[in-house]
Amino acid sequence: MKFDEPAGTNPIDQLKVVGRPADRIDGPLKTTGTAPYAHDRHDVVQNQAYGYVVGAAIAKGRIASMNLEAARAAPGVLAIVTADSAGRLDQGERNTARLLGGPEIQHYHQAVALVVAETFEQARDAAHRLKIRYAPAKGRFDLEAARDTATIPEKTGSGDPAETAVGDFEGAFRDSPVQLDQTYRTAYESHSMMEPHASVAAWDADGQLTLWTSNQMIAWTAQDMAKTLRIPRDKVRVMSPYIGGGFGGKLFLRADVLLAALGARAAKRPVKVSLTRALMPNNTTHRPATIQRIRIGAQRDGHITAIAHESWSADLPGGGPETAVLQTRALYAGAHRMTALRLAEHDLPEGNAMRAPGEAPGLAALEIAIDEISEKLGIDPVAFRILNDTQVVPDNPAPPDPDKNSDQTAPEARLDAGRPRRFSQRQLVRCLETGAERFGWKRRRSKPGSVRAGHWLVGMGVAAAFRNNLLTKSAARVRLDRRGRVTVETDMTDIGTGSYTILAQTAAEMMGVPLSQVDVRLGDSSFPASCGSGGQWGGNNSTAGVYAACTQLRRLVAARLGFDADASDLAFSDGEVRTASRSAPLMLATRDGPLEAEDAIEYGDLDERFQQSTFGAHFAEVRVDAYTGEVRVQRQLAVCAAGRILNPKTARSQIIGAMTMGVGAALMESLHVDTGVGFFVNHDLAGYEIPVHADIPHQDAIFLDEVDPMSSPMKAKGVAELGICGAAAAVANAVYNATGVRVRHYPLTLDKLVQNGLAIA
Amino acid sequence: MERFDPERRRVLKATAVAGSAVASAHLLLQAEAATASANATRLDTAATPHHDVRLRVNGTEHELRIDPRMTLLDTLRERLHLTGAKKGCDQGQCGACTVIVDGRRIASCLTLAVMQQGHEITTIEGLGTPRNLHALQAAFVKHDGFQCGFCTPGQICSATAMLQEIASGIPSHVTADLTRPPRSSILEFRERMSGNLCRCGAYSNIQQAIAEVAGVDADEIV
Amino acid sequence: MKSFSYERADSPAAAAAAAARVPGAKFIGGGTNLLDLMKLQIETPAHLIDVNDLGLDEIESTDDGGLRIGAGVRNTDLAADPRVRNDYAVLTRALVSGASGQLRNQATTAGNLLQRTRCPYFYDTNQRCNKRRPGSGCGALAGVSRQHAIVGSSDACIATHPSDMAVALRCLDAKVSTVRSDGTRREIPIEAFHRLPGDTPEREHDLAADELITAVTLPPPVGGTQLYRKVRDRASYAFALVSVAAIVHRDGRAQVALGGVAHKPWRVETAERELARGGDARTTAAALLAGARPTRDNAYKVTLVERTLAAVLAQARESGS
Ligand SMILES: Cc1cc2nc3c(=O)[nH]c(=O)nc-3n(C[C@H](O)[C@H](O)[C@H](O)COP(=O)(O)OP(=O)(O)OC[C@H]3O[C@@H](n4cnc5c(N)ncnc54)[C@H](O)[C@@H]3O)c2cc1C
Ligand code: SF4
Ligand code: FES
Ligand code: FES
Repeated sequence: MKFDEPAGTNPIDQLKVVGRPADRIDGPLKTTGTAPYAHDRHDVVQNQAYGYVVGAAIAKGRIASMNLEAARAAPGVLAIVTADSAGRLDQGERNTARLLGGPEIQHYHQAVALVVAETFEQARDAAHRLKIRYAPAKGRFDLEAARDTATIPEKTGSGDPAETAVGDFEGAFRDSPVQLDQTYRTAYESHSMMEPHASVAAWDADGQLTLWTSNQMIAWTAQDMAKTLRIPRDKVRVMSPYIGGGFGGKLFLRADVLLAALGARAAKRPVKVSLTRALMPNNTTHRPATIQRIRIGAQRDGHITAIAHESWSADLPGGGPETAVLQTRALYAGAHRMTALRLAEHDLPEGNAMRAPGEAPGLAALEIAIDEISEKLGIDPVAFRILNDTQVVPDNPAPPDPDKNSDQTAPEARLDAGRPRRFSQRQLVRCLETGAERFGWKRRRSKPGSVRAGHWLVGMGVAAAFRNNLLTKSAARVRLDRRGRVTVETDMTDIGTGSYTILAQTAAEMMGVPLSQVDVRLGDSSFPASCGSGGQWGGNNSTAGVYAACTQLRRLVAARLGFDADASDLAFSDGEVRTASRSAPLMLATRDGPLEAEDAIEYGDLDERFQQSTFGAHFAEVRVDAYTGEVRVQRQLAVCAAGRILNPKTARSQIIGAMTMGVGAALMESLHVDTGVGFFVNHDLAGYEIPVHADIPHQDAIFLDEVDPMSSPMKAKGVAELGICGAAAAVANAVYNATGVRVRHYPLTLDKLVQNGLAIA
Repeated sequence: MERFDPERRRVLKATAVAGSAVASAHLLLQAEAATASANATRLDTAATPHHDVRLRVNGTEHELRIDPRMTLLDTLRERLHLTGAKKGCDQGQCGACTVIVDGRRIASCLTLAVMQQGHEITTIEGLGTPRNLHALQAAFVKHDGFQCGFCTPGQICSATAMLQEIASGIPSHVTADLTRPPRSSILEFRERMSGNLCRCGAYSNIQQAIAEVAGVDADEIV
Repeated sequence: MKSFSYERADSPAAAAAAAARVPGAKFIGGGTNLLDLMKLQIETPAHLIDVNDLGLDEIESTDDGGLRIGAGVRNTDLAADPRVRNDYAVLTRALVSGASGQLRNQATTAGNLLQRTRCPYFYDTNQRCNKRRPGSGCGALAGVSRQHAIVGSSDACIATHPSDMAVALRCLDAKVSTVRSDGTRREIPIEAFHRLPGDTPEREHDLAADELITAVTLPPPVGGTQLYRKVRDRASYAFALVSVAAIVHRDGRAQVALGGVAHKPWRVETAERELARGGDARTTAAALLAGARPTRDNAYKVTLVERTLAAVLAQARESGS
């Protein structure tokens, strides 16, 4: 199904099932411990051996020698996989560093061996008997030092240009009566999903590889596995029905699954591999740290005249930048603007997407800057944001000058230059107003440090949330069986997002059956390829894919039952197919056998004609211990406008989960870099602290009524990442409001407060 | 269940493990028929010391010959195929492996199976089933107290025992008056549940679920 | 984890005897620290002696009105004991601020005292660490040391002792009772129990290999306002950056011990004299931290100690009046 014109009225608009706060259909399995995650799969294949991954002990250099004798002789050992014995491997399209290192080592804890044994205990013991000598080389591990070597990146991951410029920023900034010029820093962060990367791999006699793994993007992983192993794509089957969290950390083929496959080949037996927790931060990907300079010039009346946002980050050679400036291109009005991404090379592990990549650190900085300039202007930060709202994308640059070097203008040419591009929906102002009302923003004192309760300093903060809606093709298959049950099959994944439930709701709505009559099967590469889970594109696109398939199935049903499939009053509801003149039970259609249809949603250029985005406003109230600088979040509220909300219960969970991660980013999360040795030091869950129950108060999330006919037949948009966009800044601004100490370097740990003048009395 | 008979030195297969994956009405698992009991792990008994243990799990006795290095968690998961308890870290740092031993919650990754003989072990599989949910399990579903579900069995086992801890008067870090028994409150739940990380960030909803079961006003300002 | 043999001892004498009999033997209590380190082969005992069945899980009143805490008493049970809650509140407060509900149900009194440092370089066997591999250097000194010690450290090691319980015990002047395989018993005052790193950070205490901790004894209650203030990066389930255990009396006298700043619970006599003389948080902290050698990463702890102490003294004033 091609979606190239705004959606009109369609069966989803009935909202009998869609849009309702249904309980998750996978809830009974998940709460009873019976949902099968990758490492639980005793049921799928017999005789599984255990693989233990060994990570490189140096950050850069070479393996000088490897002595496997002692390990090989250890009890229970079946095979040892190293780069030497693995045979020739290619590199996955989406991997920056090789997943099996040696002899060259590209980063700390890069996998260098897999030891396979009868039992886990034997594999772990034998792994400690490997004798590996390294020849370390000097590496670059310090972003501050690398900053001066940064260049304009060739690719940005998102396909957006690395630099944009509109008008004359420098001139306009110079002439602005009120100016802000500050530098902000965000930390290296670890996804730290609760389920470690885990896989079971089995080969059959025909060279068919079957993988039970934990992965967000089934099709990417199948492709990259085939490419890495240099085998045909159809020889790889990937299954990932349950995923214990991903947040971007499981978007790609990783070492667990590759090594499980190699280990199974070597041991001639199915092999199960899980990364140890201590390997995860350095072996897998992380969110890169950033240094961000933001300059804002404003008129005394509060209008922004000039805004610039530059960001520096670093990655391994061949990697990409953290795209922290993209939001600044479209969030606030202002005639003179510039943004720039800079990328340096370093030798820390591979940086990559983590929940709202780019947006989360970018808004963490920008939204402090907005707080700062509002304060300088003496304008309430909610009012300031409303004043600078824009209904058109302000960063559409002037038409490229044909006289100029075409290399420079090329990346910008794809923007529809000159023509004002409107947002399909933009309710930022309403989000801010509604939030301010609900949160009791009126009670905030604009003078920082002026509310005190005993030894607690109390403050409130606000930040805008903004993330784009991405459209990608997504396919599904639906079947109606003789008992009237509907089965949905797609390689879509549910990483906690609620895919099972919203896909079932979509099919139930389309086919006119109760939710309990729908089965959903996900995460299998033998199913039609979906958009997968990432970039908050999963919900809208995958349900639209099911919508497309159901539309076909409805046609088949109509034909069987003798209805005109194009009749305007044809309705599927309550287990019946109806027009004004006639009705028939749905089940009658499958009397002679089940019906099945497959289709995909594919998009035209609606996302180019209109900027499709989601918006929100975050509010936070914190208290800070005046003695110790400990920060406790007391209340959090997010108001979101994100198209049709397919299931308010699961969508709300996505938002509060993202707000929780925002609290982590604001107050505690940071992978500490040893810039001498070149690794993330605090590589476990005691060292890398994420919020616990005691850190998180009652959280509220509100969705504004919105339907967006430009996005898909579902009229929905993504929500999962909107919740983290700006969440950290709202907390940071609240800390400032409470204490009067402005910290521009995340996370806002107490040392930064007590060392920067936090007043006890 | 596996039963090892040291006299005859062979592995006997007995009844299937309770709690192997049960397909719900809604979801078709790729249930390549669960033969949970079959995958017996042979031990190279000559090279590795071993121990015969008798474990009582969810009311069932299991006799096992195990490598003494096996943690309780790995024994439950890999030998008894009770995979509800999860391995999130294997270092006591996440709580995903929480099970209840003699009424107390513990991190099963940091105890050896050989140390747990003679104790009554309860896992998530012993609390309820998809068709017959325990009150906390049902409350978690109702309040959406989970997302990916990986930390969930640990949260629920932990919450079950945690409520018992309050009932038996055990104080916590936030108990203001140590001379009196603690009172159930959201504040107490938040502190006491802090050993169970949830990266999906379902905390606020988990608190609502626990509050409902404990009969505490969830809107109480804390 | 290396292979080991395992036995469950049934009396303190049997446990000590087993430790003397088998070279490389270690006692295991809750196992929450030892097993973690064994998985990483930082600890590699050849034999484990399970000390959970020695009958050491009682808390008894002593003749002089103090308390004798069995070495096997779980942190949860110790914290919940009514005598501890009423008379030694600083100990309950310290215990419940440590680890998590699960871990406190497992952790024993002896194991908690003997838990090893959480220095990340100690935990990562690829890194240099004098405590783990004497002579290899100290990774933390040249690396990331935000959590590390500011006093009593050496050029060889700047690790801290992570126990909260031990800080309270230091404040309470507890004594540690042990027995050896030959039947010798001794009582070690808590201040002499843990060592400073010096040139031998691998030696954290002076217990012999066959020396079993049987109990920890508390002197008769001293009254006062008893507080334990633990400062950390998140609200729970985290090790202390700085902690203060304090018993403050009406007449201004006080016992004060610090956690998170040294290789052992830190208590300084001159600081307590300073307090008794009417000193404030600043002068007392200065006395506590005399000779401090913070790193660039942990210099904040100097300020934080003073501020936390100020918070504790303020709280004591409020609740004492
Ligand atoms: C994630 C995490 C967070 C934690 N947070 C904190 C915290 O915030 N505060 C805190 O104080 N602690 C914390 N801990 C540490 C925890 O308190 C200790 O692991 C625990 O107290 C150790 O007790 P155990 O009985 O389990 O010791 P074990 O692991 O059994 O033993 C530890 C050591 O003591 C020896 N030993 C045990 N019993 C005896 C005996 N009777 N005689 C002689 N030697 C003996 C053992 O041989 C071993 O060397 C945390 C631990 C973890 C894993
Ligand atoms: S501080 Fe001590 S424990 Fe840490 S690396 Fe240095 S020597 Fe090892
Ligand atoms: S697996 Fe046991 S606490 Fe994480
Ligand atoms: S539900 Fe995913 S970690 Fe808690």
